[in-house]
Amino acid sequence: MAAQATGAAAAKAPPTSKSDDQEMLISGCEAIAHACRLADIDVVTAYPIRPYDTVMQMVSKMIADGDLDAEYIVAESEHSQFEIVKHASAVGARVFAGSSGVGWFYAFEALAVTAGLRLPVVAMVGNRALDDPGAFGTEHNDALAVRDLGWMLTWVETAQEAMDNALIAFRVAEDPHVFLPCAVSVDGAFLTHSQHLVKVPSREKVNQFLKPYNRGNKLLHPDNPITIAPQVNEDWLIEIRKQNDEAMKRARGVIAEAYKDFNRIFGRNYSPFLEEYMTDDADVVLVGQGTLAMPVKVTVRKLREQGKKVGFVRLKWFRPFPTEEIQQSLKRFKAVGVIDRDYSFGSPYSGGVLYTEIRSALYDLPNRPLLHGFICGLGGREVTIEGVTEMSEILLKSAKSGKLEKQVAWIGVRE
Amino acid sequence: MSTTAVEVIYRGIFQRTMAKHITRGIVLAARKEGKVGIAFGRYGDSPERNGIPAKQFAIVAANDEELQGSIAKYEPTEVDVTIAVDDALCKGVESWAWYGLQPVNKLLKENGTLIVTSTKSAEELIPHIHKKDVAYNLAIIKGKASFSGLWVYKNDHTDMRMLGALPRVAPHLFGSPALEAAIREEWKDDLKVASAEKSFERVQIRKVKPDEGSPEIPFSFTMPGWKSMEEGLVVRAIPLGGHFEGYDGGYRPERNPYFKKFTTRTMRPVVDFAKCTKCTLCWLQCPDSCFDVTPDGYYDANMEACCGCGVCEAVCPVDKCVTMVNETQFEDNKSQWEMWTKDKNGYAGWLAKKIEHRPERSHGFHHRGQYEGEKIEQID
Ligand code: SF4
Ligand code: SF4
Repeated sequence: MAAQATGAAAAKAPPTSKSDDQEMLISGCEAIAHACRLADIDVVTAYPIRPYDTVMQMVSKMIADGDLDAEYIVAESEHSQFEIVKHASAVGARVFAGSSGVGWFYAFEALAVTAGLRLPVVAMVGNRALDDPGAFGTEHNDALAVRDLGWMLTWVETAQEAMDNALIAFRVAEDPHVFLPCAVSVDGAFLTHSQHLVKVPSREKVNQFLKPYNRGNKLLHPDNPITIAPQVNEDWLIEIRKQNDEAMKRARGVIAEAYKDFNRIFGRNYSPFLEEYMTDDADVVLVGQGTLAMPVKVTVRKLREQGKKVGFVRLKWFRPFPTEEIQQSLKRFKAVGVIDRDYSFGSPYSGGVLYTEIRSALYDLPNRPLLHGFICGLGGREVTIEGVTEMSEILLKSAKSGKLEKQVAWIGVRE
Repeated sequence: MSTTAVEVIYRGIFQRTMAKHITRGIVLAARKEGKVGIAFGRYGDSPERNGIPAKQFAIVAANDEELQGSIAKYEPTEVDVTIAVDDALCKGVESWAWYGLQPVNKLLKENGTLIVTSTKSAEELIPHIHKKDVAYNLAIIKGKASFSGLWVYKNDHTDMRMLGALPRVAPHLFGSPALEAAIREEWKDDLKVASAEKSFERVQIRKVKPDEGSPEIPFSFTMPGWKSMEEGLVVRAIPLGGHFEGYDGGYRPERNPYFKKFTTRTMRPVVDFAKCTKCTLCWLQCPDSCFDVTPDGYYDANMEACCGCGVCEAVCPVDKCVTMVNETQFEDNKSQWEMWTKDKNGYAGWLAKKIEHRPERSHGFHHRGQYEGEKIEQID
């Protein structure tokens, strides 16, 4: 069916002169839907939960408009949603599913086995605070919960990056050296429901970047009679865990390679694991993931105007964790502050997940920076310039005195 | 004293409660002599299903520190005593994860004792038991296998009789007074004490020399490392089967060499091919797809694959065509059809002798009063 001048088509703008990219005004969710269209997915499952659900709405429209030919299955729960794509992936389909918050948690059993079976499911998590109390705002604990299961996890800052990272996710997940699922985390509200100007490439370009999914001799098919997912016991399981560990380690190299190709084909200038902002001569830096990069960058510029040498490092991949890159980057600074839009109750220093991981990544460095943790923006509360300024002042004070002010501070919480 | 280990090999579900009583009884009796111990079992998916060989263990030590080396383990590396509560287990067990048939006496130490409940003599049982390169003892407690269920327990004192033999075969575990005190305290039943005492007197023990027993070499394989195992939990299918070897027709499916299951069997079907009408029902209904299709269109239950469930006997529409027979009557897994094809008269004679041994054992508990008709002579 020819595309009609409504919805997606209406959002299309004339192509820019330099490339055949189309500029569209679309939300983070819609950007992910476009990645699904461009990747020409075969199977997609849907079950509504805010704030991810715009994706399923948009994908169904693309199918209805004839822009995408895919099986669209409305599941009766998130658990089934992820079971369906897991099975479809085993028979060679390129698949996508998404969810948010406790919906993602309801799929947990399916999420665990997907990684265990080495099935390259690509998912979107529209980050949402975990109920109860019921809340819709962004918090990263939902996606982070799969961090130990063999899922790759990436966080994005803009709708553009949401689309680009989803394409990269398909490429990395489906690489036979990896064959692991990948979740693209998109901040609820600030990105899922916020429309940005996005450069949407042509399918031809995407086809250069993304080869068809080929499961090789692991394909579940009558012509290739195999069983997958047998019952095993203690005599086998540790070897299987080791195999998955090696696959995750290999993913680092595959990600770096994918970014190189992506930059070449699409004319972008991404670095794979970290984005550094005004760090060259910085004394102190903040580290964080997702959309909080925006208020932090604004604050950094303001503080720079006052002569304060503050910078920002944005972590783009949480799994596999870019340990070496983080070490090389953060060892250059006197004090580092990790902003967590998540929390780990009862953790070693009563801090966030990211803080705890970075603290561990820095342990082997001979000269470690002073490390602060900041808990901020939970439940989708805005990360403000005032808040980031407060964090920066704490870091500057530590850097000056050479001693840690306070390990973990909650920013913007009412006393 | 270092530790003393006892292994109880039993049929999953049917004998689990009994195995637990035996291992508990061992630790409680040893405690009466001031020793310490633990009793534990290997649980799992397959091993606790109907009839599948499973294991429980009791370890006794002089003190807690000596015991520690036996805790948080699935199995001891060697045992002083192995108790098999069904004589069909003498042929070997696949107790855990199906790594092929393992000798029933595999874990037994030199001069250790294998205790078996059986109505057979040592001379009849030894040919079933794999040879061992060291000498050991075979102790027989006269009686048939005692089967119960998951929800019911057949309280026929088999457990007490097994315990009663232990002070005879392994006096370093505990003496009879300690055992009697433990039984009285735990089960509060003088009759049970009497059963244990009688067993102490009546157990028959015979030395088994290294050259005695079945010469079969147990199945073994090396487990692959993570580098050579196929990734993604992929298990390649067993290839399709083919014709009967040496014949033009017939179909014998290829079967998984690692997954035989036949130690589950306490009885096996024998087929009177002269009566068979080739109706296909046994072939269709066998839950384990055991039947090979012979070149002349008969159905031959493959004894490498049969778990002895008895469905074929139940579904065969021809009177006395398929008969379940006690597994201990057989020494190999040879094809009955091939035997019949070679010598029909010889087979008829063989068959007539075998079907005298219809099972007096019962798989599980079916109805109230089921055991009432059983004669005490069978156990005493
Ligand atoms: S007893 Fe008969 S039905 Fe049961 S597994 Fe053996 S051959 Fe099949
Ligand atoms: S069910 Fe009985 S009669 Fe029918 S094919 Fe089997 S053995 Fe023959």
